[in-house]
Amino acid sequence: MKFDTPAQTNPIDQLKVIGKATTRIEGPLKTTGQAPYAYEHHDAVANQAYGVVVGAAIAKGRITSMKLEQAQAAPGVLAIVTAANAGKLGKGKYNTAKLLGGPEIQHYHQAVALVVAETFEQAQAAASLIDVQYQRSDGAFDLRSVQASGVEEKEQMADTLHGDFDGAFAAAPVQLDATYSTPDQAHAMMEPMASMAAWDGDKLTLWTSNQMIAWSVDDLATTLGIPKENVRLISPYIGGGFGGKLFIRADTVLAALGARLAKRPVKVALTRPLIFNNCTHRPATIQRIRIGATADGKITAMAHEGWSGDLPGGKVELAAQPSKLLYAAENRRVTMRLSTLDLPEGNAMRAPGEAPGMMALEIAMDEMAHKLNIDPVQFRILNDTQVDPVKPERPFSQRHLIECLRTGAERFGWDRRHAQPGNQREGRWLIGMGVGVAFRNNLTVKSGARVRLNDRGIVTVETDMTDIGTGSYTIIAQTAAEMLGVGLDQVVVRLGDSSFPASSGSGGQFGGNCSTAGVYAACVKLREAVAQRLGVSVEDAEFVDGHVRVGEQNLPLRDAARNGELVAEDAIEFAELSKKFQQSTFGAHFVEVAVDSATGETRVRRMLAVCAAGRILNPTSARSQVIGAMTMGVGAALMEELAVDRQLGFFVNHDLAGYEVPVHADIPHQEVIFLDETDPVSSPMKAKGVGELGLCGVSAAIANAVYNATGIRVREYPITLDKLLDKLPPMS
Amino acid sequence: MDTPDLLPMSRRHLLILGVVTAATAVLPPFISARASAVNSSRPITTSLSLWVNDQQYELDLDTRTTLLDALREHLHLTGSKKGCDHGQCGACTVIANGRRINSCLTLAVMHQGSKITTIEGLGTPDQLHPMQAAFIRHDGYQCGYCTPGQICSAVAVLGEIRQGIPSHASPSLTEPPQLIAGEIQERMSGNICRCGAYSNIIEAISEVAGVNA
Amino acid sequence: MRPFTYLRAQSPAEAATLAAQVSGARFIAGGSNLLDLMKLEIETPAYLIDVNDVGLDRIEAAQDGGVRIGALVRNTDLAAHPRIRKDYALLARALLAGASGQLRNVATTAGNLLQRTRCPYFYDPNQACNKRQPGSGCAAIAGFSRQLGLIGVSDACIATHPSDMAVAMRALDAQVETIKPDGSTRTFPLSELHRLPGNSPNIENSLAPNELITAVTLPRPLGGTHIYQKVRDRSSYAFALVSVAAIVQKDGRGCIALGGIAPKPWRVERAETEMPNGAKAVVGQLLDGATPTHDNAFKLLLVERTLAAVLAQAREQA
Repeated sequence: MKFDTPAQTNPIDQLKVIGKATTRIEGPLKTTGQAPYAYEHHDAVANQAYGVVVGAAIAKGRITSMKLEQAQAAPGVLAIVTAANAGKLGKGKYNTAKLLGGPEIQHYHQAVALVVAETFEQAQAAASLIDVQYQRSDGAFDLRSVQASGVEEKEQMADTLHGDFDGAFAAAPVQLDATYSTPDQAHAMMEPMASMAAWDGDKLTLWTSNQMIAWSVDDLATTLGIPKENVRLISPYIGGGFGGKLFIRADTVLAALGARLAKRPVKVALTRPLIFNNCTHRPATIQRIRIGATADGKITAMAHEGWSGDLPGGKVELAAQPSKLLYAAENRRVTMRLSTLDLPEGNAMRAPGEAPGMMALEIAMDEMAHKLNIDPVQFRILNDTQVDPVKPERPFSQRHLIECLRTGAERFGWDRRHAQPGNQREGRWLIGMGVGVAFRNNLTVKSGARVRLNDRGIVTVETDMTDIGTGSYTIIAQTAAEMLGVGLDQVVVRLGDSSFPASSGSGGQFGGNCSTAGVYAACVKLREAVAQRLGVSVEDAEFVDGHVRVGEQNLPLRDAARNGELVAEDAIEFAELSKKFQQSTFGAHFVEVAVDSATGETRVRRMLAVCAAGRILNPTSARSQVIGAMTMGVGAALMEELAVDRQLGFFVNHDLAGYEVPVHADIPHQEVIFLDETDPVSSPMKAKGVGELGLCGVSAAIANAVYNATGIRVREYPITLDKLLDKLPPMS
Repeated sequence: MDTPDLLPMSRRHLLILGVVTAATAVLPPFISARASAVNSSRPITTSLSLWVNDQQYELDLDTRTTLLDALREHLHLTGSKKGCDHGQCGACTVIANGRRINSCLTLAVMHQGSKITTIEGLGTPDQLHPMQAAFIRHDGYQCGYCTPGQICSAVAVLGEIRQGIPSHASPSLTEPPQLIAGEIQERMSGNICRCGAYSNIIEAISEVAGVNA
Repeated sequence: MRPFTYLRAQSPAEAATLAAQVSGARFIAGGSNLLDLMKLEIETPAYLIDVNDVGLDRIEAAQDGGVRIGALVRNTDLAAHPRIRKDYALLARALLAGASGQLRNVATTAGNLLQRTRCPYFYDPNQACNKRQPGSGCAAIAGFSRQLGLIGVSDACIATHPSDMAVAMRALDAQVETIKPDGSTRTFPLSELHRLPGNSPNIENSLAPNELITAVTLPRPLGGTHIYQKVRDRSSYAFALVSVAAIVQKDGRGCIALGGIAPKPWRVERAETEMPNGAKAVVGQLLDGATPTHDNAFKLLLVERTLAAVLAQAREQA
């Protein structure tokens, strides 16, 4: 199905199932420990062996020798995979560094070997018996020291130069020129990367934990140099991803190689201390923002210039990107520069670009509001735009940012905020409120699905779409139920298998809208097939309560499958609408913090997000997406930082004790409001996404609240107490 | 207890490491990782019986096998999750002799005769434990990987408050702790949820406990 | 993890004797730190002697009006004990500020005292660490040292002792009781248990080989206001950047021990005479000779401000 004109009224608009708060259909499995994750398919195949990955001990250089004898002789060892015996390996389109290193080492903890043994204990013990000698070479590990060498990556993000920024900024009566930094961050999903591989002749089956099945089939086939028809990926449950599982990782490739060498199924989970340097992370950024405005608060000039680093051939973190579209300004400069760093591979993490970009931009907006002596909410409202500021002929399909801000301000009690910072105190605690705008573009990606109807009236949906905690199972079931007029208990959803039609996958907050639109397309086809079997006209047919109604006739849906299962398959394909319209999602975050005036510890006391993001397919799981993102934003604001050893070139705090993410006690009760919005330009579902929107701007809202509480402006995330301590009020 | 064991090292290894010490300003060009001498590497196995979810299992296990791996890899009770294997996340939480513990940081062989309750022992999809049902109702989970640990912990936390065990959040050490959100949040803090379902989890637990979050 | 033989002792004497009969033995009780390190092969015992059956799990009144805490008393039980809550609130508060509920349920009194540093370079076997591999150097000093120590440290090691419990016990003048393989027992002040690193940071305590801690005793209650203030980036389940354990009497005198800054619970008795003169005066003596790194220099001010807040709170509560 081509989607090239805005959606008209369709069966989804009935909203009998879609739009209703619905608990997750896989909930009983997840809460009882019955949902099988990648490392847990004990019954899938017999004779499973265990693989343990050895990571490189240096950041950059070469292996000069590798002695395997002791490990090979260790009890239970079945095989050892290294670059020397792995055969020729390709590199997947989505990987920057090789997944099996040697002799060249590109980053710390890059995999250099897999030890396969009868038991996990044996494999782990033998892995430490491999004797590797290295020769180090010099590397670049500090973004600041290579910042000046950054280059424009035209294909990833060409410079936006609009109007005369320099002239307008120089002429602006009120100016801000400030530089911000965001650190490297880890996805730190709870389930480690894990895969089990089994070969049957030249056919490979992998049970894994992966967000993007179709991409990963391709990349794995490319890496192994085998036809992609010979690769099957199965990933029904994924213990979190946040972008860290968009691509195949070492566990996948090494499980396949280990199973081939050991001639047995092999399962591999990366150990937690290995994950932080072996896998990808969100790259650190430096961002300079300049804003020029008239005295009454109208922005005339806006520059957002960013710098990030990655391994050679890697990607730039598109942090400046939101400044292309978020606020009106006649004159604009938006640029990103990429430098070479020899740290582990940087790559997408939840809201790549926007998350770190909004962390900086929304502090800058707060700083500017203070300079102008305008309320920060009002300042943003003053500079709203309903069109792409660089291409004014291109409107936003929907943009309800002002409503988000106004609704949030009212619900949060923004009027109780003291405009003068450092003025509200409860005992030892300094209290402050902050606001930050949420903004994330809506992407559309082709997505397919197959729908089956059997003679019991059961509808089965099959798509390689994944559920990484986002709620895909449930919204897909809701979509099929709505389209075919059956109850949720009549729908079976099967996900994450490459033998199913390729979907959008889970990424870029496009999965919810696109995968359900793909299911919509397949259901439209199934409705046609049903009507044909029942001998009625599909235009006149209503699918209600397990029946097909045409005039006086009320035929059981299952009758259509009486003579055999009906199967329909289709995909939604998005055409030119995104050129005519800018599709984005919007929100406003309001936060109240308390800062200990003695120690500088910041604790978040209240949080509210108001979102305008198209039709909300399932308010229950959508709300969870947003509160989860708000929680991650607390981490980004207050504690998360991969600490770089600039001499040795690795992330030092590479476990879950060292890399602190928020715990229960850090997170207050959270409120989320969704504005009533439908966006017919996005898809037949009229939905967009919220999973990344919820992260954008929330950290800045916290930073702004800390400023409001203390009068201290911190521009280097995370806002840990050491950055406040010497500026806090003197102790009496 | 005695002074810590030192890794036995080959003479060659010591020499290489000596270079590291001498050159603190300049990184050593050559380094040797994990060139550890072998002590006996033969696995040592032991027989034991484990009581898990009111069922007795006889097992022959490598002494190195953690309780978590015994459950997951030997009994195929994979509800208890391995998130970090180092006591840093809580996904492996089970209840042993009435107390919640991290099953990754204890050896199976240390649990001869212990009574272990895992998530599978609390309830099943057809017969949910009230805490499991509350997690579903309040959407107290997303990816589901930390969830069994959260639920086992939550069940134990309510018991700890009932028994009067204080917490860091208890305003008084002499009064019994109260069933309030702040107490539950502090006590649940050993269970990390990266999806960030905390706010909903506290609502779920509070509902089971009969308090307003 | 290296293979090991697992033995279960039935009495403290048997445990110590067993350990002496073999080479490379370690005692295991809760295991929450030892197993963590064994998985990384930072600890590689050939024998594990499980002491969970040896008794030592009781909290008893001592004849001098104090209390005797068995080495195997779990952190949860110690913090929840009515006597500890009433008379040694400082200790209960310190315990409750540490680790997580799950870990406190298994962690023991002796194991907590003997837990090893959480320095990330110690935890990464690829990195130079004089504590893990004597003579290999210290990658932490020139590396990322925000969490690490600034006093009592040396050019060979800047690791901290991570315990909260031990800091409170140090302020409470705890004593340690042990038994040796020859059956002899001794009692000595906790202040003498942990060693400063000097040139041999691998030697962390003053115990003889295979000497087993059997109990910790606390003298009779000191009264006063007990405050344990732990400062950290996240609200729970994190090691201290700095912690202050203080007992403050009505007249403003008292005792203070610090955590998070040194290789052992840090207490300087003569600094306590300055308590009536305020935090700055105390800290001047308490941290005299500190050698912070660029990354952890903030802890100097943090200790002072935290202590000032603790003293102010004590005045309010008095």
